[in-house]
Amino acid sequence: MSLEKADIEKIAHLARLEIDPGDVPDYARNLSGILELVEQMNQVDTEGVQPMAHPLRMTQRMRADEVTESNQRDKFQQIAPQVEAGLYLVPKVIE
Amino acid sequence: MEWEAVIGLEIHAQLATKSKIFSGAATAYGAEPNTQACAVDLGLPGVLPVLNREVVRMACMFGLAVDAEIGRRSVFARKNYFYPDLPKGYQISQYELPIVGKGKLIIELEDGTTKTIGVTRAHLEEDAGKSLHEDFHGMTGIDLNRAGTPLLEIVSEPDLRSAKEAVAYMKKIRSLVRYLEICDGNMQEGSFRCDANVSVRPKGESKFGTRAEIKNINSFRFVERAINFEIERQIDLLEGGGTVVQETRLYDSAKGETRSMRSKEEAMDYRYFPDPDLLPLHVDDAWLDEVRSSLPELPDAKKERFMFEYGLTAYDAAVLTSSRELADFYEAVEKSSGGETKLAANWVMGDFAAALNKDNLEIGACPVNAAMLGGLIQRIADNTISGKIAKQVFEAMWEGEGDADSIIEKKGLKQITDSGAIEQVIDEILAANPEQVKQYRAGKDKLLGFFVGQVMKATQGKANPGQLNELLKKKLNS
Repeated sequence: MSLEKADIEKIAHLARLEIDPGDVPDYARNLSGILELVEQMNQVDTEGVQPMAHPLRMTQRMRADEVTESNQRDKFQQIAPQVEAGLYLVPKVIE
Repeated sequence: MEWEAVIGLEIHAQLATKSKIFSGAATAYGAEPNTQACAVDLGLPGVLPVLNREVVRMACMFGLAVDAEIGRRSVFARKNYFYPDLPKGYQISQYELPIVGKGKLIIELEDGTTKTIGVTRAHLEEDAGKSLHEDFHGMTGIDLNRAGTPLLEIVSEPDLRSAKEAVAYMKKIRSLVRYLEICDGNMQEGSFRCDANVSVRPKGESKFGTRAEIKNINSFRFVERAINFEIERQIDLLEGGGTVVQETRLYDSAKGETRSMRSKEEAMDYRYFPDPDLLPLHVDDAWLDEVRSSLPELPDAKKERFMFEYGLTAYDAAVLTSSRELADFYEAVEKSSGGETKLAANWVMGDFAAALNKDNLEIGACPVNAAMLGGLIQRIADNTISGKIAKQVFEAMWEGEGDADSIIEKKGLKQITDSGAIEQVIDEILAANPEQVKQYRAGKDKLLGFFVGQVMKATQGKANPGQLNELLKKKLNS
């Protein structure tokens, strides 16, 4: 499967990546290469094979339902660009 | 043309845990902004999620309660999108392998019939934070206290055919999660909310029409209104020769309409993939058996038992079992009334429920407890007071004037059952109204009510109504 310019632009947008228009053909070639590899793997007969969710052959450990974290807002907000009234401020997200 | 609506609901129930789904931060509602958002919830580099066992137990309880297959191996996946109240850039959810598979439940409709509604699946996920769009110098404020709160998303089959059915289904799910004590069901605080997928098609058509998803519905009333508005909108559109666009629409409760959320319209492509930070989740037989044996009596079973054990009608049993608190209260009242099943049902659903409603109180916090109401009912049953006087006693109990016996005593409300005493009053009334007596004897039967009223007035309502009627007729007809 070969990716078109529009595909690259869409992928970049979904990942919120700004890309140089001049680099688009390179991205298209490299990403298409990866997809070709996937296509090769697709030719393997996987009938009856359980899809792998994780490379480790282990199951999820669980913790007890206990509050173990204390309020460290002041520490966290020291590294935030802008805060007010305990809130993190970000550029307006609705019109 | 006759149209048919096809509706499916996605309900988000916040699970009532103390800590978050993947971190040890508290989930309490109403805390100061960002004081319950730890490094994991903020998505700081290097953190790892650790699953809360209680969340899994609660999801299994729900699954068992809707007769669903429990996913013995379920997988957490990343749902990728960018929004400032989602700091990691993805929400941890479940996609191909959810914890709860296909199930079903029965809803009761207004006409007394029932309908089985399919539950497609229910999966675990984390909630996002909250964006506050008030004025912060043209910026948006982010509170991440809610980020990481455990949610169970319950997806219905498109089996619902009207707004009323959708509301009945939603109420049933809410009743169920409250019975199970896995969610407080508080819609105002957002711990129980829903999105509705609505489409219309010509009646008889088997293919579905194009659907719109309505978000932001946070009360039963709004669910009904939003869906009805959307059905009308789509029918108008189609009858006018237009087509329905598949999109997300927001319900505006102030205007009572749905409108397109244009900013979110561009292709939602969540690029789900298994979260490498979390291993597959296994639920073994031993644990599932333990969960199964911890299930309380559920609404449908309780309703059946109420009908069988107390001889209540299907309607009364359904009302009384609509919440666990109400059902428990009824049983306590019935017991302390000495087995007056029907009287207890009438009082709990009638005067008691009305008083709760009027003062906007919960059962646990109201001035009349089960023993007091049971005591009052005993006095009606043993003829100490009439049903009418009982209302007066109930009001006094509600005002905190003591239990039924002390109020009856203090106010002298004991019913007059001495027929000699009643006869005496009757004689006085008949003597004072010779004209009416003549008319009655001439055939104006309706005047019986007049005499009953006069005697009741003279005895402040305390004459035993049965005896009074009997004695009055005897005297008038002699």
